[in-house]
Amino acid sequence: MTPLLQVEGVTRRYGARIGCEDVGFALWPGEVMGIVGESGSGKSTLLGCLSGHLAPDAGRVLYDAGSGGGAQDVTAMPEAARRRLLRTDWAFVHQNPRDGLRMNVSAGGNVGERLMAVGARNYGAIRARAEDWLGRVEIDTARIDDRPSAFSGGMQQRLQIARNLVSGPRLVFMDEPTGGLDVSVQARLLDLLRGLVRDMGLSAVIVTHDLAVVRLLADRLMVMKGGQVVETGLTDQVLDDPQHAYSQLLVSSVLQV
Amino acid sequence: MTDDLREYNFAYLDEETKRMIRRALLKALAIPGYQVPFASREMPMPYGWGTGGVQVTAACLVPEDRLKVIDQGADDTTNAVSIRSFFARTAGVATTERAAEATLIQTRHRIPETPLREGQILVYQVPIPEPLRFLEPRETETRRMHALEDYGLMHVKLYEDIARHGAISTAYAYPVKVAGRYVMDPSPIPKFDNPKLESAAIQLFGAGREQRIYAVPPYTQVVSLDFEDHPFEASKPDHPCALCGATDSYLDEVITDDAGARMFVCSDTDYCATRQAGGAA
Ligand SMILES: Nc1ncnc2c1ncn2[C@@H]1O[C@H](COP(=O)(O)OP(=O)(O)OP(=O)(O)O)[C@@H](O)[C@H]1O
Ligand SMILES: [Mg+2]
Repeated sequence: MTPLLQVEGVTRRYGARIGCEDVGFALWPGEVMGIVGESGSGKSTLLGCLSGHLAPDAGRVLYDAGSGGGAQDVTAMPEAARRRLLRTDWAFVHQNPRDGLRMNVSAGGNVGERLMAVGARNYGAIRARAEDWLGRVEIDTARIDDRPSAFSGGMQQRLQIARNLVSGPRLVFMDEPTGGLDVSVQARLLDLLRGLVRDMGLSAVIVTHDLAVVRLLADRLMVMKGGQVVETGLTDQVLDDPQHAYSQLLVSSVLQV
Repeated sequence: MTDDLREYNFAYLDEETKRMIRRALLKALAIPGYQVPFASREMPMPYGWGTGGVQVTAACLVPEDRLKVIDQGADDTTNAVSIRSFFARTAGVATTERAAEATLIQTRHRIPETPLREGQILVYQVPIPEPLRFLEPRETETRRMHALEDYGLMHVKLYEDIARHGAISTAYAYPVKVAGRYVMDPSPIPKFDNPKLESAAIQLFGAGREQRIYAVPPYTQVVSLDFEDHPFEASKPDHPCALCGATDSYLDEVITDDAGARMFVCSDTDYCATRQAGGAA
């Protein structure tokens, strides 16, 4: 088996400031990688570089689509190919659902967009898929023609997830998917995400500063500080027996809360 | 007439401007459906009155041309009359109301019913050239979408139509895909006219305010976007014309008296008049 994603020496600077520096790891099919670290540690920057939203200053992001063509460097792909990847094999769940949804398009249209983008041309079939997905993210299918602006924050986030997963992606990037939500809503969303990840055999990279999220979802964990990865390991190992001083601080500070 | 021609350059625009517009037109014809930016000039008429179409017409006219101008199918509306007389004065070209006799037809919102033939040019006045504008207001983004053939959004618009109205309710400016590549706004013609976009004539589109020119060369494939289970239909009011009896032409509903009596008549006045006179339909 080869890794789905092979990340090598990814560096991104903002002028003199470091966004992330020399990050490397492999993500295996079906694996969920959590990225934790304090605010400003470079999590979003790294995720942006991995997902093709930001161009790294150095490094490679090799993606193996599993089609037998071998791994391709996403950072060197023509934009058309990268976009195609982003709306088929990949998905990106933003922290703020407004960044990931079309607020002036109905829930059904939002979910159907990726299908139509890759050539679905049967209205009835698109609508049936949208209904199915609304059900899977626990949104009443009677709301299919409502716009997301009429939805609660939690519903909007679930709609964003449906919109992203409808095309059956293999790899999902998530930046603080439960941020900005009430604690009870967070718990329900986490449950839902965990179910979907398991059922669909998804690989994912999840950025969060909430250790409960990684405990529940992530197989492996990367701890970032000042743009660099200071510790990597199996989630339980890192959380229960952190080696790096900063990881120890991170874990203990959360436990104290 | 000669006095007028001494005061104005032929067809109003200076030769440098015509050259610039012709280059845009050639590029537009080379890439069917692609919106070519051009440096739109101030014209002696307000935006919305066909400044884009007028500039394209000015750049195409030659002294031998015979010009027809229609507004929603009619030759006798204010807009059509003023553009026709503008070119009669500034270019001294012959004018006509007969589609069959015209070499260049400038139009707002209709395609003539009489099939156009090789050698004719149809110039459209375009208010909003960007078919994706409805759902994506950012120009940088719509340009990228065209470049990458990222047209899912276009079907989202049609999906929303069906979800809301039970059918594709878009009746004008119905989006098309040209030569299997660019999605194009055919200007606010009724969708009844869409099948006529596949034509023997050269079709040029000018948007003055938005500074865009695009084109459909003769015999180019033009497909109206739709869904398999909601196919495109070139519909029109289901009546014959009350004046000429035509059943195959696009109709306008007109109110005929103070009591609110209505009738349906051909929107293409030349077509209707020719049929009433017993000419070939
Ligand atoms: N657009 C930008 N311009 C300049 N500096 C930036 C930009 N985006 C991020 N940075 C800087 O890069 C570093 C990493 O930021 P990043 O947003 O990746 O952190 P983060 O771990 O996602 O933080 P948070 O938890 O607050 O979201 C920070 O020092 C930040 O100030
Ligand atoms: Mg962040």
